[in-house]
Amino acid sequence: MAAKSRCIIIGASHAAAQLAPTLRQQGWTGSISMICNEYALPYHRPPLSKDFLAGTKTAEQILIRPAAVYKKCDVGITMGVTVAAIDRSNKQIMLEDGLALDYDKLVLTTGARVRKIDIPGVDLNGVFYLRDLNDAQQIKMSTGANKRAVIIGGGYIGLETASALRKIGMQVTVLEAMPRILQRVTAPEVAAFYSRIHKEEGVEIVAGVQAVSISGDKQVESVQCHDGTEYEADIVIIGVGVIPNTELAEQAGLEIDNGIVVDEYARTSDEDILAAGDCTSHYNPIYQRHLRLESVQNALDQASVAASTISGNLKAYSALPWFWSDQYDLKLQIAGLSQGYTDVVVRGDIGDSRSFAAFYMREGKLLAVDAVNRPQEFMFGKKLIMQGNQLDPGQLADESLPLKTLVAS
Amino acid sequence: MPRVTYIQADGQSQEVNLESGSSLMQGAVDNMIDGIVAECGGSCSCATCHCYIDADWVDKVEPAEEMETDLLDCVSEPKDNSRLSCQVKVSDALDGLVVHLPTTQF
Repeated sequence: MAAKSRCIIIGASHAAAQLAPTLRQQGWTGSISMICNEYALPYHRPPLSKDFLAGTKTAEQILIRPAAVYKKCDVGITMGVTVAAIDRSNKQIMLEDGLALDYDKLVLTTGARVRKIDIPGVDLNGVFYLRDLNDAQQIKMSTGANKRAVIIGGGYIGLETASALRKIGMQVTVLEAMPRILQRVTAPEVAAFYSRIHKEEGVEIVAGVQAVSISGDKQVESVQCHDGTEYEADIVIIGVGVIPNTELAEQAGLEIDNGIVVDEYARTSDEDILAAGDCTSHYNPIYQRHLRLESVQNALDQASVAASTISGNLKAYSALPWFWSDQYDLKLQIAGLSQGYTDVVVRGDIGDSRSFAAFYMREGKLLAVDAVNRPQEFMFGKKLIMQGNQLDPGQLADESLPLKTLVAS
Repeated sequence: MPRVTYIQADGQSQEVNLESGSSLMQGAVDNMIDGIVAECGGSCSCATCHCYIDADWVDKVEPAEEMETDLLDCVSEPKDNSRLSCQVKVSDALDGLVVHLPTTQF
């Protein structure tokens, strides 16, 4: 490796925090610079809607790595700077202030941003989205016991936020436009489970309603829905999904298809530009289709692959996606992707207890597992998905049969 | 600042100072110690920060809770002294602690 090689990482994300030190560990002797548009070192995003919001973790406590690690690895970090463009022919990036920086290898870890909704009143004080540390800090300053929160969007972010706000004693209503919460990501049985739990915890969930306007005089006061209903609110939090930050890549002429297209070595259509994390779309050999994942696992694994590629030690990416969501005393662990399932097998009492596993099946094979307070079902479920064998639904549902016994040795 | 020694499966060892109140996992991540992946960042969800507490120290470490023991049943090569390093908080009482790392986290 030439000592003067320069690697620039755009975006201070989970992927960046993984990639920069790993690259150094793998022997990259050139420079490594990380350019962040926020004024913060890379931090764990999942706690923003959980422990950070509930006040049990501080900004310092959610840093992925302390500043000393980047220093030790000689990673230069520039904060609060936005990259305006990539000039592939000259192998340079242009910063917003006009400065141009040369690169030999460029890595895009630009992540995703919140999907915004365009309804009257969305700019009122007290209306928030939740993606960044800054968003979470703003929300936290507006929370308080007995205040009323309306959450627009009954996905994982909305539901985790509801849980965190209940923890600090707020009155919470979740408005979901689809006929049920978690419509895009879970089976009806699992959605019904979460509806029950939130109800037991004192959260009002209203599905099948579209928020059409937000009212108030400077400060938000209420949310109006399409059916004429109205919900009073001291704060409103909107969580209706994210869109990948692909603009820089697109303007540079890189291939985009629901994310920056990368191969199994995290390379974009330009071999000197790599990408990792939520902003990418990759071909997943396990599910045999292109995927854009919004997950920590993908960000970390793809970043490790990118580091190996840059170091000249190709290591193909092939990982089973997994996710988690903490709400109240429930730890949900999700292995695999359930899209395309035809049957759901439930193990445990999903109707009354707070612990079960739902197995998503297609043609007798396991596609995905939602495991609530069932770490073993999650862990062995991962193995069963990877093995791809035919499974007997009766055995999966049989609690007297340890799941371990179904895993081929 | 408690001092902790991490010993890799191949015998290589690293001795580092950890902040009291921090976890064995965070200490490993902060000091770039190989072998601790910690995908979930310490929320006891992924079991990729598995380690073994040295026999001399097992009794001095707070025992694992149920979620952790359930996860530990699923790691590769579990042993009686297995722990998820994200769940082991370090304190001055653990100054000198020795931790062994497994050959793989998967």
